[in-house]
Amino acid sequence: MKTITQAIRSGNVMVSDGAWGTFLQQMGLQPGECTESWNLKHPDRVLKIAQSYIDAGSDMIETNSFGGNAFKLSMFGLEDKSFEINEAAARISRQVAGDNKHVLGSIGPTGKILMMGDVTYDQLYEAFKTQAMGLEAGGANALVVETMTDIEEATAAVKACRENTSSEVICTMTFDKSPDGSFFTMMGVSPADMVAAMLDAGATIIGANCGNGMENMIGVVKEIRAIDAEIPVLVHANAGAPVYKNGETVFLETPDEMAKFVKLLVNAGANIIGGCCGTTPDHIKKIAEIVKSLKK
Amino acid sequence: MDKNELLTKLAECVEFGKVNKAAPYPPTMKGQDGADELTKQALEIGIKPVDILNDALIFAMDKVGEKFTQKKIFVPQMLISAKAMNVAMEHLKPFFQSGEVKRKGKFIIGTVSGDLHDIGKNLVAMIVEGAGWEVIDLGVDVDAAKFIVAINENPDAVVGLSALLTTTMPNMQKIAAEIKSQFPDVKLVIGGAPVNDEFRDEIGADGYSPDPQSAVAYLNALVA
Repeated sequence: MKTITQAIRSGNVMVSDGAWGTFLQQMGLQPGECTESWNLKHPDRVLKIAQSYIDAGSDMIETNSFGGNAFKLSMFGLEDKSFEINEAAARISRQVAGDNKHVLGSIGPTGKILMMGDVTYDQLYEAFKTQAMGLEAGGANALVVETMTDIEEATAAVKACRENTSSEVICTMTFDKSPDGSFFTMMGVSPADMVAAMLDAGATIIGANCGNGMENMIGVVKEIRAIDAEIPVLVHANAGAPVYKNGETVFLETPDEMAKFVKLLVNAGANIIGGCCGTTPDHIKKIAEIVKSLKK
Repeated sequence: MDKNELLTKLAECVEFGKVNKAAPYPPTMKGQDGADELTKQALEIGIKPVDILNDALIFAMDKVGEKFTQKKIFVPQMLISAKAMNVAMEHLKPFFQSGEVKRKGKFIIGTVSGDLHDIGKNLVAMIVEGAGWEVIDLGVDVDAAKFIVAINENPDAVVGLSALLTTTMPNMQKIAAEIKSQFPDVKLVIGGAPVNDEFRDEIGADGYSPDPQSAVAYLNALVA
């Protein structure tokens, strides 16, 4: 199998997967329950999600390991189980992905702010290292450091992946739109800042995830492309912003609404397109259809 | 330095996050006295604590909150300003305890049960404290019972509920309902990435704050 980077270099636009968290809740995950513990408790249900995205046409699927770092797991007394939980997460996704689809080991932020001094860079690095190694041991062939907002934490994660595994390393950050139309993370990182720092740290694919829907992603991709024409760019967009209706949270962007931005995103320079919060296999199916039609 | 000069300098230290003389940040103020030294000096030359609080600290934190709302500064700058303010507040503590300086009121805040995220809640707590309120921070994963204990201890407090996860919004609704059924007069203000004013209306809360500064505006209007 070609690496993701090789596939993109040979001209492919690729399709990633959609949301996991919202999907798990539908399967009974309770608020306050440790999402990643389901890799050990309910691997069958996690596997169903992975399968549904492969069926929808994803070229790559993530793993149920977003909060699988020791800091997040410590809130559930599971900090010593990080390797095991991540390994299980990757094993489940690999079981479904087989030999010709990619498994992206998901690595999310720790929730700690380095500059507040409650945690050191080395502690972050160690936590990400354990997670990265667990994911690779379970069968991930790429690692996606995602939903990052701080350069230093993202650097620690990307380096921990680069220096301790042979997986491809992807880094995506979460950007908000400023009143003047430019994009920044909540920590003040611009797409341009991200590109420079993450290339330096060793990421080979970069991009953006979460946020307020597909349309904003076009602006983010343009900012990335303005300073780097070459690096593969991945976009995992939310299905719009969440709306609360009748006791339930819903994301209002329909598969068709999301899909109509796919061509614009590809034209702006995105190479891999998938979803984040609120996206379903139906969204991915629609995105995959459009991507396939673009190839012709 | 005279009184005005000193208070202006102190306000600058808080606005730009100069904690003390030794602090390397911000580089443009390297080697200068910070919020720590200047507050001490202000008290030594007889400036009233209430003037230090209002004309320097609250004045500066108001600017910080405003710039954050406009996305001219981001979380790191806000945190470092809050740190400078906290250092200054340490010097004023005795005057709060003696009753010479009064706060605007009390604000109970917590992230609702099922939600373990604290960054947004902490930012609001810092900015509200910087605006002259006493903040009672209940932490994360706070259920209705814990809020109610805190309200019983501080019946005149305003209560803030925070959530990051869309999945914990139903918990926010439950907690709001329980608080309102026992304390119909307690003012409830909500915030967090997934909530909005429509949701506030639906759950019967009194205020919705999309950012820390608007929480301050809401609170200050209650005591104005």
